[in-house]
Amino acid sequence: MALPLGLDIALQHLAHRRRQTLVSLLGVSLGVAFFIAIASMMQGFQQDFISRIIDIQPHIIVKDDFRDPPRQPVEVLYGDGALDLRGLKPLDETRGIRGARSMLAVLEEEAGIHVAPTLSGNILLRFGGKDVSANVTGIVPERQRRVSHLEKDLVEGATLDALYTTANGIIIGDGVAKRGGIRMDDLISVVSPTGVVLKMKVVGIFSSGLTLMDNFDTYVLLKKAQVLQGRANVINRINIRLDDVEQAAPLAARIERQFGYRAEPWQEQSRNVLGIFVIQNVIMYSTVSAILIVACFGIFNVISTVVFEKTRDIGILKSMGFRDADIRRIFLMEGLMVGVLGTVIGWALGYGIVEFMGTLRFAMEGFVKAQGFILYRTPRHYLISGGMAILSATLAAWIPARRASRLNPVDIVRGAG
Amino acid sequence: MSAFAIETRKVTRELPGPVPVTLVRDIDFRVAPGEFVAVTGPSGSGKSSLLYLLGLLDRPSAGTVAIQGAETSNLSPDQAAALRLERLGFVFQFHFLLPEFTSQTNVEIPMRRLDRLDDRAIRRRATELLETLELGEHRHKRPDQLSGGQRQRVAIARALANDPPILLADEPTGNLDTHTAQIVFELFRDLAHRQNRSVVVVTHDTHLAELADRRVHLVDGVIVDD
Repeated sequence: MALPLGLDIALQHLAHRRRQTLVSLLGVSLGVAFFIAIASMMQGFQQDFISRIIDIQPHIIVKDDFRDPPRQPVEVLYGDGALDLRGLKPLDETRGIRGARSMLAVLEEEAGIHVAPTLSGNILLRFGGKDVSANVTGIVPERQRRVSHLEKDLVEGATLDALYTTANGIIIGDGVAKRGGIRMDDLISVVSPTGVVLKMKVVGIFSSGLTLMDNFDTYVLLKKAQVLQGRANVINRINIRLDDVEQAAPLAARIERQFGYRAEPWQEQSRNVLGIFVIQNVIMYSTVSAILIVACFGIFNVISTVVFEKTRDIGILKSMGFRDADIRRIFLMEGLMVGVLGTVIGWALGYGIVEFMGTLRFAMEGFVKAQGFILYRTPRHYLISGGMAILSATLAAWIPARRASRLNPVDIVRGAG
Repeated sequence: MSAFAIETRKVTRELPGPVPVTLVRDIDFRVAPGEFVAVTGPSGSGKSSLLYLLGLLDRPSAGTVAIQGAETSNLSPDQAAALRLERLGFVFQFHFLLPEFTSQTNVEIPMRRLDRLDDRAIRRRATELLETLELGEHRHKRPDQLSGGQRQRVAIARALANDPPILLADEPTGNLDTHTAQIVFELFRDLAHRQNRSVVVVTHDTHLAELADRRVHLVDGVIVDD
């Protein structure tokens, strides 16, 4: 069976400009392939990071902090007055969440919410003449295991209960252990900013995969943390884990409205990194768009050249009875064919690159730790890249196609005589 | 319905511009079915312009053109294209064959565009046309593998593909040697007389024009002799 006439003519035109057509095809293919590879790599990394922070970190952290400093009583009374307060001295008070016990009770009443009180602060770990700065978080093990994956991330030591069974036990990140040359069961000195020094025994080492956590975080019993910080019966954070992670932002806003304390959902806790992801995505789409635009210039060039070369043919086709739309369709089809063929080749190439990247093994330590590229494979990448390529190729063909359809056959046959 | 294949009434074609140029003026011209008409005249006399008006490739500034009795001035560009496809065949001085396609495919193109015959019938008719014009053995050759006369005959075969009742030729022998030109003209006469087609050929060669049934002479866009 013969090909449809328009397709047949379009194919012959492209075959006639073989080299230019191949270059355009290569441009589209590379654009599509790079999009798939880069998108797979970047989204793989981003999704892995997000799933790790959702898995590992509390979904909401309530801090002993306020978004806006509390207003002075005079400002409350005379809000519209021309007030200028000078020489204000902050009250020297012990920081912490006031009424934490009742807050915990209120929050625990809600379904799908798990809460754990903690006290966080800075410490210095001293071991073998080496000082390592770290964050210490005082936890209640039976509550903590409901709000974080700390117990599952233990690479040495069995459970968080070791903090109970060992006097002055401490769990450290594997990055902390590496920095300090510390191993399991070592006795280390923990120095707090208030000058309290405790000899503590390493009862667990965890590896979450999040570099920042592994390199700086340590955990002790809440009571020990309170001793270290000199803040008896104080907690400065409430960690919350939700059954439905999507509820983090609205619930955080509600908690903040209800209790006044700053409540950060996981998106806000990782705002810097998530912001970087947005920039990464913009760069990725811009780069791939630039490749496709260059490819489209190629397509525009090929089809413009063909229109120029085939002016006589267009004249005779019109004199035969081809309509403007028939002529336009032929040249649009040429762009479409380059777009479709380039997309299919690009898909195959992109698939190959992604699978090749998947076989590469190397230690990577950035926001997260990995042993190679973290790849996200989805048909969506193929659809987006294909859609962009075919749309741009068709648009690139549109201008010369329209010019071709508007050529006057009389001018052409007169000029050709 | 008119008895004429082509009929023009007071057709004028003027190119607008700061200084308007009149290509043809007040042309009254009729061609009967089966008639072979030669249009002659010096260069710039409006011969080709008249042919393009008859072939609906151009529109008159004034007057009317009727094809087989159907008035064409109100046709849309698409309707004019459809009429060209079905009822008119064109042959130009340059063969205008599509260089990427074989003779056979070039002849098939108008039939494929019209889409009235199935693929097999289209192939068969193209082959028959080429064989009639003694091009059977050149069916699978591309235009660059043919001589000038052969290319022009392929162009004639293509113009006849949809079996049009009217054939219009613009200096079809301009690029041919005398002998081949004579053959082509005789072919046109045959097409008119044996197949009852109306053939209008524009030529500046008065010797060849004498082979036509009728000779129309144009000077400065006006018919001075018919």
